[in-house]
Amino acid sequence: MSLALPLAQAEPVIPDFGRGSSCERNDDALFCWSWVKDNWSDTLQPALLQHIALTLIAISIGTAIAFALALAAHRRGWLTTPVVIVTGFLYTIPSLALFQLLVPFTGLTRTTAEIALVSYTLLILFRNMLAGLAGVPAEVRDAARGMGMTESQLLWKVELPLALPAIFAGLRIATVTVISLATIAVFVVDEGLGDPIYNGLQQTFSTELIAAGGLCVLLALCSDALLVLIQRAISPWARAVRR
Amino acid sequence: MNSENTAQTEGPKAYPSAAPLEFRHVGKRYPGADRAAIEDLSFEVPAGEICVLVGPSGCGKTTAMRLVNRMIDLTSGEILLDGRSVTDRKPAELRREIGYVIQQIGLFPHQTIAQNIATVPKLLGWEKRRTEARVSELLELVGLDGGLGRRYPSQLSGGQRQRVGVARALAADPPLMLMDEPFGAIDPINRERLQDEFLRLQSEIRKTIVFVTHDIDEAIKMGDRIAIMREGGRLAQYATPDELLAAPADEFVAKFVGADRGLKRLTLSHLGDIELADGVVVRVGDAAAEARRRAADMSVEEVVVIDGGEKPVGRLPVARLNGQPVSADDADPLAAIGGRSTSLRDALSLVVADRNRPLVVVEDDGRLAGLVSLELISDALRPPGQ
Repeated sequence: MSLALPLAQAEPVIPDFGRGSSCERNDDALFCWSWVKDNWSDTLQPALLQHIALTLIAISIGTAIAFALALAAHRRGWLTTPVVIVTGFLYTIPSLALFQLLVPFTGLTRTTAEIALVSYTLLILFRNMLAGLAGVPAEVRDAARGMGMTESQLLWKVELPLALPAIFAGLRIATVTVISLATIAVFVVDEGLGDPIYNGLQQTFSTELIAAGGLCVLLALCSDALLVLIQRAISPWARAVRR
Repeated sequence: MNSENTAQTEGPKAYPSAAPLEFRHVGKRYPGADRAAIEDLSFEVPAGEICVLVGPSGCGKTTAMRLVNRMIDLTSGEILLDGRSVTDRKPAELRREIGYVIQQIGLFPHQTIAQNIATVPKLLGWEKRRTEARVSELLELVGLDGGLGRRYPSQLSGGQRQRVGVARALAADPPLMLMDEPFGAIDPINRERLQDEFLRLQSEIRKTIVFVTHDIDEAIKMGDRIAIMREGGRLAQYATPDELLAAPADEFVAKFVGADRGLKRLTLSHLGDIELADGVVVRVGDAAAEARRRAADMSVEEVVVIDGGEKPVGRLPVARLNGQPVSADDADPLAAIGGRSTSLRDALSLVVADRNRPLVVVEDDGRLAGLVSLELISDALRPPGQ
């Protein structure tokens, strides 16, 4: 974290390092575009990329774990309740408290942040995957088996493709949730958009807070839109016009 | 429906013919159940015939059908497909050789119609080109436009979906088809059309078919043989539709086929199946005296008048023959005309509606074929062999 120190105006020999734009010195504008321009490459852009990385890692690991759990629960129905109880419990722990609980074991590291983020995705992803698999009509399963599909062919060729819209609905909620939650990862690790947001909160100059917060919202909206587009591309049948 | 016999004679591979099916003392008992679901079921279906399993709900007809492709495993006896016990086969492998059609059809909503039909060929690892050729052949065979292949099931009507279901079951040209109430969810008008289409299709492809229904009229219409089942999975009677209607084995069967079984039997025969009466036929322009003499010989009150092309033009009461040559203007026009494909039931209805006067029957080209009277129709109702 670096603090923006106002530079003395009377010393023109000191080079401008990019942090002292004019509106920051005047300190009366709510939002200052030139500050954003000056600080894009060394503050906002790295934070944004870190934020994307935090989100991608959390969603990937969360999806992998939830997928394995959902497949197991789909085969053996009795697993559903214990999985829902455990992931539901994880979901209810306040995020700051979870960081506190983890720090003694994993320290102030990215791992701590990721464990917390992943644990918040599990319930959403698991429930949606299971609902998607359970939503496959019984007659479709019967026909698939009756034509000679093995259980794994049934899963990969029929059940999973049909569960995709529900799985993507879960992915969208989980992704938006993680993007917003990842800002508080700043309490354990100096990564992501949480860093400039935290920074902005500690000063009267509001541009940094607004820019970083805005980027976070924008990232969430874009990710959501991207997921919608992917889902449409891989399940064109879901939008086929009925007659 | 297109009637080219492509499925049997063309294509990248010689298609296997139909296979006989045999149930030998087949039983199914679920663990913990005090009664068997299927008890000592034995019957044979010759290759290429439709065997209808029919009975009240809970009689085990669907269970019996599902034992064949091992969707349910039997607990005693054996089922032989082409002489080989189905329990010796791996279920998935066996099922790929048996067409499967269910009432709800179960098309895959996420696949196009063409992909749906290609399901079994893909499972069997057919080449892409061969599969594509087979898919378009099948769409044509079941009377669907080739352009529908790119649509999704949700974009089709119920009748079209049912045809796709049949095409999908036929894709790998299986020697046996299992059909569980395939037309049960279709409205009556379309159901009748699909039944007719399917019978026409079957006359081309000649598959062995096990067809499950709860509707005795559908059973009589579709079946070469009918297995009537009763509660507890027991076989009440196994016979051809005609035998079943003429001689029900017991009261259960008699009640199930209905008190109107005589009329139902009449739907099985057509005017082309029975010998028609000649009656007295006079030609336009014949002398009145000659017509009167022939009517008197046969002691009839009416004669049938035909024109120069031997087409019937009307009935002429003998009393109206008054010295002038026979003329079409004097004759009463015919209220109805039967054809060789008219069912005896329809013929009976027409005769009764026309004050029991014999129905005039014509050949396909319109020439007079003969007459059918009430007596001829009731003669046809006598049980076979009497």
